[in-house]
Formats: sequence, C-alpha cells, structure tokens
Amino acid sequence: MLLGYTITQWLFGILSFLAIMFALMVVFSRNPVNSVLYLVMTFFCIAGHYLLLNAQFLAVVHIVVYAGAIMVLFLFVIMLMDLNEESEPQRSWLNKTIAAIAGGMLLFVMVGSLKGAGDLQLNQMGHSDIGLVKNLGKVLFKEFLFPFEIASILLLAALVGAIMIGKKDIK
Amino acid sequence: MLSFIIYKAIVCVCVFGLSLGVAAYSTWWERKFASFLQDRVGPDRAGPFGLLQPLADGGKMFFKEEIIPNVSNKFLFILGPSLFMITALMTGAVIPWAKDIVIDGKAYSWQITDINIGVLYLLGVASIGVYGIMIGGWASNNKFALLGAIRASSQMISYEIAMGIAIIALIITAGGTLSLREILAQQDAGVCNFVYQPLGFLIFFICALAETNRAPFDLPECESELVGGYHTEYSSMKLGLYLFAEYINMFVSSAIMAGFYFGGYNFPFAHELYNALGLQEGSIWISLIGFGAYFTKTCIFISVFMWVRWTLPRFRYDQLMNLGWRILLPLSLLNLAITVAVEYFFRGTIHF
Repeated sequence: MLLGYTITQWLFGILSFLAIMFALMVVFSRNPVNSVLYLVMTFFCIAGHYLLLNAQFLAVVHIVVYAGAIMVLFLFVIMLMDLNEESEPQRSWLNKTIAAIAGGMLLFVMVGSLKGAGDLQLNQMGHSDIGLVKNLGKVLFKEFLFPFEIASILLLAALVGAIMIGKKDIK
Repeated sequence: MLSFIIYKAIVCVCVFGLSLGVAAYSTWWERKFASFLQDRVGPDRAGPFGLLQPLADGGKMFFKEEIIPNVSNKFLFILGPSLFMITALMTGAVIPWAKDIVIDGKAYSWQITDINIGVLYLLGVASIGVYGIMIGGWASNNKFALLGAIRASSQMISYEIAMGIAIIALIITAGGTLSLREILAQQDAGVCNFVYQPLGFLIFFICALAETNRAPFDLPECESELVGGYHTEYSSMKLGLYLFAEYINMFVSSAIMAGFYFGGYNFPFAHELYNALGLQEGSIWISLIGFGAYFTKTCIFISVFMWVRWTLPRFRYDQLMNLGWRILLPLSLLNLAITVAVEYFFRGTIHF
C-alpha cells in the first residue's frame, strides 16, 4: 500500500499514463520514424496491462507479433520512403477543421459505447488464470474450437489475398 | 525478502559477468580458431597465447575517437547500439545454468527468473533485438547502413518463423511446457531431446546462425558489398557494442541449443557419477559439475559457430531468402507434423 493504493493500482496508473502519452506522441511527432517508435512503446505499455491482467500469453504474443514483426515492417516501409518535413504537404484550415470534427465524433461514439461497460459483468467468464498458456489453450481448443478455426481461415484468406496483390503477373 | 533480493542480485551480476566474459573471450577464440583453420599462429603478443588480447582490443575501442555524423538523428544513433546490447543481455535471464543448491531446506536456483513462458520470452526478446540494428542503420543516414539494416531485419523476421515452428515441435516432445527449467529437467532421467528432434535441431541451428547474423548468413555486414553494413558510420565503443552484442547473442543461442537439444546441465551417466562420489541431491558439487557440463556444451557450440564461419562462403541474398522460406519453413512444418504423429500414435503423450 502506497498513498492508499495497492502496487497493482500504481502500476496500472503508470502504465496507462505512459500508454496514453506515447499514443499522443505517435500523433504529434513530426518525424514518421519517431511515430513508429512511439507506437512500439505504446504496444509495450499495453503488453504491461495484459501482464497485470495475468494474461502472460497474450502479453508476449502481443510483443512478438505487433512490436516484433508488424512494426518492423512499418519501420521498413517508412525508412525506405523519402520523408522530409519540407516535402510534407500543407493542409488547409478547412481540411483540419473537418478532420477535427470527424475525430471528435469518433471519440464521442467510443465514449458513449464505453459508458455502459461498467455494467457488464466481465469477470463472469471464469477464473482469473484464464490468460495462462495452459488454460487458454484448453479453452481455445475445446470450447471455442470452431470460432478459432474460423478466425484462422480468415487469416489464411487475408494472407492469400496479400500475396495475390503482391504478385506482378497473375496467370 | 532482503536476502532474496541480494541473492537474485548476485545471480544477475554473475550471469551478466559470464555473458560479457564469454563474449570477450569469444573474440579471442574466434581469431585463434580462424588462425588454426588457416594454418597461421593468430594473436600471440598480449600475454601467454595472446590471452590478454580482448583487454587490449577493449581498451583500444574505448580510446578511439567517437564520431557522430552531423546529418544523423543523434538520439536514435546512440539508442541503436544500446538497444542491441540490452536485448542481447536480456535473453540470458531465463537460462537455468545448473540444478538448485539446497541450503537449510531452501532451494537456490542458478537462474535469474523462472517464468512459465520462458520460451515465448526468448522469442519475444529475439524479435525486439532487430530494432537495435534497424534504428542504428537508419539513424546513420547512410545508404549502405540502411541496406544492411534492412537486410538484417528481413532476414531475422524470415528465420524467426522456421525457428518458432522448430521450437513448437521441441515443446511437444518435451511434454508441453514453456518453462526452460522444466525442459531441462525432463531430460534428466531419459535421453536428450536431440534423439527425438534431430531435424528440429538442424533447423534451429541454421536459424540461430541467421538470427545472430553469423556467416554464412552475415549479409547485413557484408563488407564486399556494403562497406561495413549497418554499423558503417559507427566508431569507438558504439561499434564495440554492436560487435560485442553479436558475440553475446551467439553465446546465448549456443546455451539455448545446448539446453533445448543436448540436455543442458545433464550428461550421460550423471546419476552414476553422483552416486559414486556420494553426493546428495541439492549439494553444491552437483550444481558445479552440472554447470561445468552445460558450459562445456555451450563452448562447443560457440566453436561450431566459428567453424562454420571459417569454412563456408557467404550466401547470396536471394539464396538466403529462398533457403528460409522455401526450404526451412516447409521442413519445419513437416518436422512438426511428424512429431505430432509420433507423439500421438506411438508415445501417447498427447491427450485430447
């Protein structure tokens, strides 16, 4: 107990602050490479949240897949493009206003949808060790086998689609 | 609580020192090994057999002029080598170096931490390691460095997949645990995993060569095409960190191979030896002998890495990608299928 909060609450607070801060830095930083690196930091903070929820598997897979693979490819593409601050197109005030209104409405919708989230009994799914690899595997391959396989077919379709788009000459 | 923290701090410092020490002497051993294969003498000026050579090299690195290019991104330029070194050192945290020592009924393990997702942790840290190279290569603002960095990252991502699938097959053989401690412990009674996973070991070994950017996959630092690769612009100790971290990576991946496939601190007739010496379970001597065995295996693997480097020529980049995606990936899937079939039909270790 520290200043009336438990260590978990402190960690949650610090991680949330960092996650939101880095997420804002992603948007505000002028250099796209810095943006990508801030996004990686945001992912680390979210992985920390997963650890707090005792979901170790999700945390590590989040880091391996998002920070370790997808963001590396992002970085890859951005590094190969010639992005300078001078060559960045200047947007008009009308553009910026429309973007701000659209973004604000998205925020409004999200806040509205999250407002009722407190009433949902999220803990009714079972015990708190559900995030451990063993339990998660058993649940995924026994109770939720069908949705799991559907998701994998979806991923496979996306993969095949990406390769088809990437191919130059389709016979 | 305090004694626990002190004990863990000691273990941390020991693993840190071991990693750095082995990495330093790997540089010496690499030069000695190369000279042996090329019928030369090798470094022999500093100390007996040139044993003080790593100290001399390190001192030289520290006193060289430090150059940060004017047009580079200074913060990222410094962050790159630091990150590469940090991730290299982080992987050593989950390796159990020997059996626990029991003093007054309390077990003291030779491992910084035993997380029950140790294998996933290793993969996670390995996938983060690529950032050190990418950031450094990009921040240099040099086309050769950028090319080297991109080669490094694409090769690491490609070979991670085959490596991961080889590890899945190993985990199935090892009884479905992701904790390194249990993977090593289950090889105590029976035979080592290599007997069940020879193909998996071969895939893992090739992927480890590619992941650590060692020859014949050292295209990121291919000096005949790229001047120096991703560290072209680096000088002084920052270059030293890059080179040094590569040796630490090599040391850790050797240790992982020795632990995953060759029993780690276990060795043939270990129990007979301990009985003959009259040692009780949990005594410090069992730990020390086990550590000796593990360390010897690790050193043998490091030597094999060097042997490969001074024997095989470098691949071409398209050959490297073909090998990764068209040969190793299908081969690792085949290995996984065979493993699952054998485990299900013959050994009966998989239950639904």
